[in-house]
Amino acid sequence: MSTVRDWAVPNPITENRSGLIGKPVDRYEGRLKVTGTAPYAFEVETPSTPLYGHIVSATIARGRITAIDLSQAASAPGVVLAWSHLDVPVQAQRGAKLNPRSQRGSNPALGSDRVEHYGQSIAFILADTPENARSAEARIRISYEASDADLDFGSFIDSAGPVPGEEDARIGDFEAGYSASEVTVDATWFSPLQNHAQMEPCATTAWWEGDKVVVHTSIQMVKGGQHALAETLGIPSDRVRLLTRYIGGGFGGKGQSYDDLTLAALAARESGRPVRVAYTRRQMFQATVHRPAVQMRVRLGADGTGRLNAMALEAVTHCARNSTFVEHAAEFARNLYAAPHRLTGHRLVRLDIPHAGAMRAPGEAPGMLSLECAMDELADRLGMDPIALRIRNEPEVDPDNAKPFSIRQLVRCMQEGAQQFGWDRRNPTPGAVRDGRWYVGMGMATAIRGNFLLPAKAGLRLTGDGLATLTQGMTDIGTGTYTILAQITGETLGLPLDQVRVELGDSDMPPAPGSGGQFGAATAGSAAFETGMVMRRRLAELATSDPRSPLYGEDPVLMDFANGNIVLGNRSESLAALASRAGPEGVYVEGSISPAADARDWSQHTYGAQFAEVGVDSVTGEVRLRRMFGVFAAGRILNAKLAKSQITGGMIWGVGAALTESNAVDPRYGSFLNQDLGGYLAPVHADIVNLDAVLLDEADDKANPMGIKGVGELGICGSGAAIANAVYNACGVRLRDYPLTPDKVLAALEAKGL
Amino acid sequence: MKPFAFERARNVDHALSLAAAAPGARFLAGGTNLLDLMKLEIEQPDTLIDVGRLPLADISETAGGGLRIGALATNTLVASDPRVRSRYPVLARAILSGSCVQLRNKASMGGNLMQRTRCAYFMDPAMPCNKRLPGSGCSAMGGLSQAIALFGASEFCVAVSASDMSVALAVLDAEVETVRADGSVRRRPVETLHRLPGDAPQVDTDLAPDELILAVELPPPPSGGQVWRKVRARASYVGALASIAVAGDRVALGAVAARPWRARATEAALAGGASPREAAEAELVSASGADGRKSLVRRLATDAIQESRKGGRS
Ligand SMILES: Cc1cc2nc3c(=O)[nH]c(=O)nc-3n(C[C@H](O)[C@H](O)[C@H](O)COP(=O)(O)OP(=O)(O)OC[C@H]3O[C@@H](n4cnc5c(N)ncnc54)[C@H](O)[C@@H]3O)c2cc1C
Ligand code: SF4
Repeated sequence: MSTVRDWAVPNPITENRSGLIGKPVDRYEGRLKVTGTAPYAFEVETPSTPLYGHIVSATIARGRITAIDLSQAASAPGVVLAWSHLDVPVQAQRGAKLNPRSQRGSNPALGSDRVEHYGQSIAFILADTPENARSAEARIRISYEASDADLDFGSFIDSAGPVPGEEDARIGDFEAGYSASEVTVDATWFSPLQNHAQMEPCATTAWWEGDKVVVHTSIQMVKGGQHALAETLGIPSDRVRLLTRYIGGGFGGKGQSYDDLTLAALAARESGRPVRVAYTRRQMFQATVHRPAVQMRVRLGADGTGRLNAMALEAVTHCARNSTFVEHAAEFARNLYAAPHRLTGHRLVRLDIPHAGAMRAPGEAPGMLSLECAMDELADRLGMDPIALRIRNEPEVDPDNAKPFSIRQLVRCMQEGAQQFGWDRRNPTPGAVRDGRWYVGMGMATAIRGNFLLPAKAGLRLTGDGLATLTQGMTDIGTGTYTILAQITGETLGLPLDQVRVELGDSDMPPAPGSGGQFGAATAGSAAFETGMVMRRRLAELATSDPRSPLYGEDPVLMDFANGNIVLGNRSESLAALASRAGPEGVYVEGSISPAADARDWSQHTYGAQFAEVGVDSVTGEVRLRRMFGVFAAGRILNAKLAKSQITGGMIWGVGAALTESNAVDPRYGSFLNQDLGGYLAPVHADIVNLDAVLLDEADDKANPMGIKGVGELGICGSGAAIANAVYNACGVRLRDYPLTPDKVLAALEAKGL
Repeated sequence: MKPFAFERARNVDHALSLAAAAPGARFLAGGTNLLDLMKLEIEQPDTLIDVGRLPLADISETAGGGLRIGALATNTLVASDPRVRSRYPVLARAILSGSCVQLRNKASMGGNLMQRTRCAYFMDPAMPCNKRLPGSGCSAMGGLSQAIALFGASEFCVAVSASDMSVALAVLDAEVETVRADGSVRRRPVETLHRLPGDAPQVDTDLAPDELILAVELPPPPSGGQVWRKVRARASYVGALASIAVAGDRVALGAVAARPWRARATEAALAGGASPREAAEAELVSASGADGRKSLVRRLATDAIQESRKGGRS
């Protein structure tokens, strides 16, 4: 096992001689996507004419199906078959694992007469066209026996229970420290349930080749999906080939498979035809995971100079009765500010609503909406600048575990951000700046998000045409994975980008963990880099041991790679020539990465500082973002354009969290109020007028051999808090119930007599 | 979606005779509302009569100094017409604040007027809704939606109209011209095109099934400032929480009733010399519903009337 010291030596990526690392290369698949030529899972070519499946969803929150009559639907025009729990083919019991090493257990569809949440799949119709499948739904007759359902999070918060297997994190004596503090803040924030609202719905195309099923599906984790389907069907995973080449947004919501995958595979087996199944837009809201609501109580205690003495963040959240998930909203607070007395922890409520699950920056996204506003309140109370308050509480080592930081440039992010944003123009007195009808204000917040490296592999083939093809069971969910892997491979082998191909999203390829938790680029990228290094060594050996090579007899470790050649001094040979001599298949190698043995000896995060200026309409309470700016530190940047897109995209998610996004469960029915992109209010272009981000120069040599870190989730962290703080600075109202919609702002203005 | 017959009307008479022959038919214009509702099986016409190619998209001057806008003029065309922009800016602004440019490029004058409510429970076929399924109940009452009527609601339905454009048309005293298969032509004010729900919320208007909107006629603009304001949760592509159109001495409110709501009590109070705030208050005397919604309307109306007096055109 390697240690981080092994990573600190210079390598082709850190040397970056051909300058591919960091280059703002356009996304390889961007043009395909915007011209409609990238085939998504629902659109891939099939070996013969496909059939179309439609899933029917429950319209009660909890209970039993007492009767279901599919006969009318089964005889509707074009319908091939119709299934309920009574006649769906046999699947393994929920959670069962034939292979104990499977990453996921069985996930049967239509498994029983039980309804556990509104929108759960209860029947399936297969027809010759999607229209016929959908219109047959109206002919189904269902009776339910509804039972009492726990639906309203708010009414169960007080009875929330501990999280199984978790304890509160306590350092020092919070209660004593808090009560001994000169200046305190004690307030409670609420972040609502949110949906991923990906553009591409969950979808699968499946067909069988003998006893093997081929599935194209929209999923972030190749192995997870392959194993879940294999376990559900009760077959070994090598009889499931899962492909996921292009994905129209995941954001954590496609970290797992859904019933489209299972039912497409079953229906293809039953009908002997390829089958396509997609979730409807409504099912995307009702039947996939969501970010749960979180209530967060923050208590801060400081001395008169702003030094924190005690800090607590206690979060209460919810998940489905039979599917544990915890939105760890308090966790980030453990590593952010110094304070001797600390308390963080989570409580959980179980509800009869669809499953809670991971959504972009799980934990930090809602969590920072509380603590980062509490810090603003504390600064206000102390009469201190919010940045000065944060700098005063900047820790020397990680306050949770006393580990040294691998690198921490949070203060620099705040200082450079303040300067470029014009923070000195902020009037600290709330409500002091007007622009016609509008109150205008500025706010800031910090950002922190963990960095991770997981084990991964990759394959690399060099062929006689001089082309290097990287293959990896990795996904590109729209973040740019194809592109950065090509940049890494090109730089490692000294090849121009047009001689590098990247093929992803196939369970037959060497596995990588997929996209999630902002670990994708570092993990898949490091495996690609290591594989490139294996290829370099192999090529050097081939050249130096082959009498036909001009490099014959030289020491392989002295070889260099540049411009498509292997080079020593003024002698060189093209990689194409080497590969063609090796045989018709060229040269193929595999490589892998795993975390360093001592990786956990350092505290390792990405950081940032967010700045926002908003206008608050003094008549109506509407809040509009005027400008937003952030400075971030996230290791070496592989592609300046794509990294910035990830960061600014994340910041926009924060705008949504602060101002517009929420969904509500109707306590009478258990359904979501908003079920389409017209009703679920993510920000639109007009909401984002002037938004920019800068990434600091950084390399984290404790992170991985390339010194890179994740950027996919950092941008959301703190973004919404900066906006809420700006709303306070604009008009003097503290709102702690997100999103800050006009009705709430107006009520608060009126309460202040404004 | 339910199977349906599709007919393309060759001319107005053809459209009307098709409609008279197929009582379950609907006219199809831009399709941005009707097709969505058909996919959800909320609308289930057995025949679609495509009127989209009829020559009803002209905007022309009337003898009386107003404008006549054909029923098929797109929202984009109307909002960008220089005559509309200079003489009826409140209309151009109202249209431009609605939906998004892609939809406005397809949406027609007639379709915008006839669009159905966007009440979240009406749009969800699984929910009880008297407008969709008479007698099933009203989920919006006691529900989570904020789009609840302040004026003219009934115990059967509290939905609001989603049309921004119609609020401006109402304040401009516009009239809708229709024709039926028997040749009868009728004109009614935009203000009263829509019924209030009463005990039959499923009936939006008193248009007969074979009655086609031909045009909207605008009288000359009233003297005085024109103001349009739409309050909304995000900056674009979302319905109003409340809206207001002011033109001279006239005031209409949007998203507060099943029709664009001419604030007659406000207008009367203004005529009697009341302050903008008193005038706004006068209308709210008859309002029902949440205090927050009433405050919003009070503040919005007060401010918009003040602005119109400064000759404002915002
Ligand atoms: C996501 C979304 C957001 C929206 N947001 C807004 C908004 O913010 N503000 C707003 O005002 N609107 C909004 N809309 C609604 C939009 O304005 C309407 O969909 C559009 O105006 C309808 O026009 P159309 O020509 O497409 O009508 P169609 O869909 O073709 O028809 C709608 C109805 O009108 C009838 N009809 C059409 N023409 C005639 C005629 N000549 N005579 C008689 N009946 C006729 C049809 O039979 C049908 O019943 C939104 C729509 C969507 C989908
Ligand atoms: S308000 Fe009207 S449209 Fe909405 S649910 Fe009630 S009856 Fe239906």
